[in-house]
Amino acid sequence: MLVYIARKLLQTVPVLLGVWTLVFVLFHYVGGDPAYVLLGRHATAQQVAELRAQEGYDSPLYQQYGRYIGQALKFDFGVSRVTHQPIRKMILNGIGPSLTIMLPSFCVMTALAVAIGLFAAFLRNSRNPLFLWMDKSIVILSVLGMSIAMLAFILFGQYVLAYRMGWFPISGYESEWPDRLRYTALPMLIWIFVNLGYDVRYYRTAFLEEADQDYVRTARAKGLSETRIFSKHVLRNGIVPVLTNVVLQIPMLILGSFLLEDFFSIPGLGGITIDAIRNSDLAVIQAMTTVGSMLFIAGTLATDILYAAFDPRVRLE
Amino acid sequence: MIQATAFGRLSRDHVALTCFLVIIGYALVALLAAGGLIAQSWDAEVARSYAPPSFESIRLMMGTDLLGRSVFYKVVHGARIAMSVGLVSCLISIPVGVVLGGLAGYFGGRLDSMVVWLYTVVSSVPNILLLMGIAFVLGRGLPAIYVALGATSWVAMARVIRGEVMRHKEREYVLAAKSIGAGNWACLFRHILPNVFHFVIIQFSIQFVVAIRSEVVLSFLGLGVQGQPSWGIMIDDSKLELAQGVWWQLAGATAAMFFVILAFNILGDTLRDVLDPRMRSMR
Repeated sequence: MLVYIARKLLQTVPVLLGVWTLVFVLFHYVGGDPAYVLLGRHATAQQVAELRAQEGYDSPLYQQYGRYIGQALKFDFGVSRVTHQPIRKMILNGIGPSLTIMLPSFCVMTALAVAIGLFAAFLRNSRNPLFLWMDKSIVILSVLGMSIAMLAFILFGQYVLAYRMGWFPISGYESEWPDRLRYTALPMLIWIFVNLGYDVRYYRTAFLEEADQDYVRTARAKGLSETRIFSKHVLRNGIVPVLTNVVLQIPMLILGSFLLEDFFSIPGLGGITIDAIRNSDLAVIQAMTTVGSMLFIAGTLATDILYAAFDPRVRLE
Repeated sequence: MIQATAFGRLSRDHVALTCFLVIIGYALVALLAAGGLIAQSWDAEVARSYAPPSFESIRLMMGTDLLGRSVFYKVVHGARIAMSVGLVSCLISIPVGVVLGGLAGYFGGRLDSMVVWLYTVVSSVPNILLLMGIAFVLGRGLPAIYVALGATSWVAMARVIRGEVMRHKEREYVLAAKSIGAGNWACLFRHILPNVFHFVIIQFSIQFVVAIRSEVVLSFLGLGVQGQPSWGIMIDDSKLELAQGVWWQLAGATAAMFFVILAFNILGDTLRDVLDPRMRSMR
């Protein structure tokens, strides 16, 4: 197992280097001189020269590259030009609000999706026309939900539920605890609804695939009830694709939901990134892209290791 | 041929057929708008500011916006932008993905490791961040969106094609082609790729939805199209209109977006069911 973990870690190195190079090339080379990207076409030569000296854009590219790798390794991205705060501090402060929204919503959404997915698979496997019809409605509702844009969900929630009905505050954030929930309830609700459809369908398919396996036929043959087959056997075996899907989404949870945080003025990582884009704060965008990619790579690594822990065959590959 | 029987089954599926017609309808509207045959001069003032929807004329069917412009015309031109973004990003990502994935899967070895490394790197950057980053440095506008979506979306295509080509390259028909003297290129491009082509169609339907959604979000954030109507910009505008009771701009843009995405989602599902033999059992 240790050998496997070491090998996986080693395999991560070229990917990490590739990502750093990609991000560096994107922000320092593709768009041309970053000073022009930041100041626009109408900047005077003096402004450009000042900014280049200030941000170090005047040194050779390989030196800038070295500096950037150093920043990524030390997790120290300098100071934002717009907010005048250390970017490391901005990112660390943003994790809390992002997770406050995402973690509970994600847990509730996954539990709901697994339950509904399993239920739909159970219905699909029966001969009862009413049950089949119910399964079909679940699928149709999920596809409808998937097809509605998140922006529409947000605007509807903010306008109807918050503004018209007054059930929730329209936007804002509170760092004190019980009060925080009052502000985060609506974004959480919206996030759950936006993502539910996709996962219900995914899990339903996974459970249906399990329901076709031989051991289910055996269980039926020895006279177990359908309820018991699904709640015990199919659920347990079908949990593997569920876990894969869950682990892959974890890095995204820390990054937060960009649109939700923007609309509800939640000071999370997604909100920071969107503000940075609006203010052309290149250093913050670059830092967020770097951190996001590193989180993603860490998430993939964790998935691989978890898999190997659950299934020893994987280690020999 | 799996493709031939699949199209037979598809044409008997009324829901899928309707979805296909809806997509063709959007494409036609987009083409006619691009050709200037319908909804010319979307930026002309047709009525007073914020006139509610009325049945007097087609132009006023969805009311007007702040500047008295027809919301319906803006929706039509938004469809033109959305369809063009979907099409162009697919035209970039599919050839790149098919060629890279095909070569990697067929030749294996070092070439394969390089392609896999390349797409692992690109897919390690969270998609939304990479899209926003590319659109940002290329300087806001439609070309930037094409490039951003093309550069990110070939990954899924390459991954699928690589896996399929690896499964196919040891099959009898490929060995037969080799034994009568077909070279590597002929084997890959003339024999294997046509046999995995249905995955390109499935991927196309998925990619199109991703492209439309991304365009709307990028335009909403101000990174997308400039000076042209887009569903994303319309939704952004309607943020402030709602409090004044002006709902039609939001409704028009979201409804237009909803129907085309719904059609692609259902058609994509059906295509997967009829084209991918491994999914047969799901039906």
